[in-house]
Amino acid sequence: MSLITGILEQLINGLRTGSIYALIAIGYTMVYGIAKMINFAHGDIIMVGAYSLYVFTAILELPAAAAVILTVAVCAALGIVVERIAYKPLRNAPSLAVLITAIGVSYFLQNTALLIFKATPIPFGSIINISGIRLGNINISGVTLVTFVATAVMMVGLTLFVNKTRAGSAMRAVSEDRGAASLMGINVNKTISMTFAIGSALAAVAGILYICQYQSLQPTLGALPGIKAFVAAVLGGIGNIPGAMLGGLLLGIIESLSRAYISTQLADAIVYGVLVIVLLVRPSGLLGKQKTEKV
Amino acid sequence: MALLEVKGLGISFGGLRAVDDLNMEVDRDSLVGLIGPNGAGKTTAFNLLTGVYEPTDGIINLDGVNLVGKKPPEICEAGIARTFQNIRLFSQMSVLDNVKVPLHHHLSYSLAESFLHLGSYRKKEKEMDERAMEILSVFDLDKQADQLASNLPYGKQRKLEIARALATEPKLLLLDEPAAGMNPHETEELMNTIRLVRDRFKVAILLIEHDMKLVSGICEYLYVLNFGTELASGKTGDVLNDPRVIKAYLGE
Repeated sequence: MSLITGILEQLINGLRTGSIYALIAIGYTMVYGIAKMINFAHGDIIMVGAYSLYVFTAILELPAAAAVILTVAVCAALGIVVERIAYKPLRNAPSLAVLITAIGVSYFLQNTALLIFKATPIPFGSIINISGIRLGNINISGVTLVTFVATAVMMVGLTLFVNKTRAGSAMRAVSEDRGAASLMGINVNKTISMTFAIGSALAAVAGILYICQYQSLQPTLGALPGIKAFVAAVLGGIGNIPGAMLGGLLLGIIESLSRAYISTQLADAIVYGVLVIVLLVRPSGLLGKQKTEKV
Repeated sequence: MALLEVKGLGISFGGLRAVDDLNMEVDRDSLVGLIGPNGAGKTTAFNLLTGVYEPTDGIINLDGVNLVGKKPPEICEAGIARTFQNIRLFSQMSVLDNVKVPLHHHLSYSLAESFLHLGSYRKKEKEMDERAMEILSVFDLDKQADQLASNLPYGKQRKLEIARALATEPKLLLLDEPAAGMNPHETEELMNTIRLVRDRFKVAILLIEHDMKLVSGICEYLYVLNFGTELASGKTGDVLNDPRVIKAYLGE
């Protein structure tokens, strides 16, 4: 296999992983933009998505399409419920309290899954059964194709939604100035709920794609992609949706190339190293606004 | 019956009585000023009227509807809109979008319609764009509709805030120090704009202002606050010559 082919294959792998990071990162970044909090339980929504898919397909034996829709619905509803119960009462609390609560919610979700499904990994057969394609010497698997298409559709849809619809403009207004938005007639609670629902729905899609790739379920499966996606969101500029997309894709590619050409063990260190360097040069991330504080 | 009736309005923050026993009436299409020294409770009064703070006691009636206990979006819906002392535009949104945010709440369409780009969505979006441009053109902002709000010069940002408030289709418009930071020429222009707004949009205007030229130039009636309570009220000319008012502003 030539070097070029090898690099191309690694790029495609990286884009696949990066797409999943990007979908999760969008959730982090949207919630941060609107609620000004880091939702550390976001990664566990992926896990809930993965287990939901397992329950709907393997246990209830529903058709794949129905299972996917139900999984997305379950996660969106969970996002709304978590916000209502855990975060809404802390809307005016110090950010540290919200952060600790988010970590608490994360443990709660993981341990609930542990209680129901036990710690032993559950094997899961992918629901994506379309065959891959071959471009020259490069194989692209069905899962990879579906990941690319799903991610592209989600990103385009979300961009249109945020920029072209009234709910989207309400979200942008709330993220800029919650008080002024509410005085202009916007229902802030509804807008925040909707943001959590959308973020969690995207995490559900990420969870489905993730589990179809790795095919094994365990209660902590959301932790690592969750953290990576958080890094991606910060890399792109937290609060900035295109930034989260870019950050996710870049992170996936860097990880995949380092794993293939530098060192498998060092791949994660390189990923976080890139984050450190980017933040040193541009503290608000690649696409984040540089803020100059007035004194 | 007056458009806005405020009776015995008060709020305490702990031991501090920020506004106490405030009584006001604002008639339809009138231009009323709320003046007073710094810290007199003027902005707090605005925050009470718009639901940012809930009053500890008192009554606020707009057009016969009680507003006490309502949330800001409900009060906006009922017909009170405002601007802010320190400009609070949606600065990363376009000038047009700033005006469309409140407009959206009058012309609504469902999410499904917007995703499928159905005819009704297009039609309503077009209606909304036209209405927004119409409002912007009153303020001479239509040529800058696509710019980011933060890129507008200061005077225009103030105007855009008024335009955005008017897009909520209020019966009563509250302006919090509209002339703050403006030079005499800009203030002159603002006075014309405020008169134009009242005549064109048929709203009553209640404004907080320190610029006495503006106050005496456009306000028909004045309320003077000092230490949270009403010091004087009456026709502009009478109030500004009231020795108690002069004393509150200038001291002994």
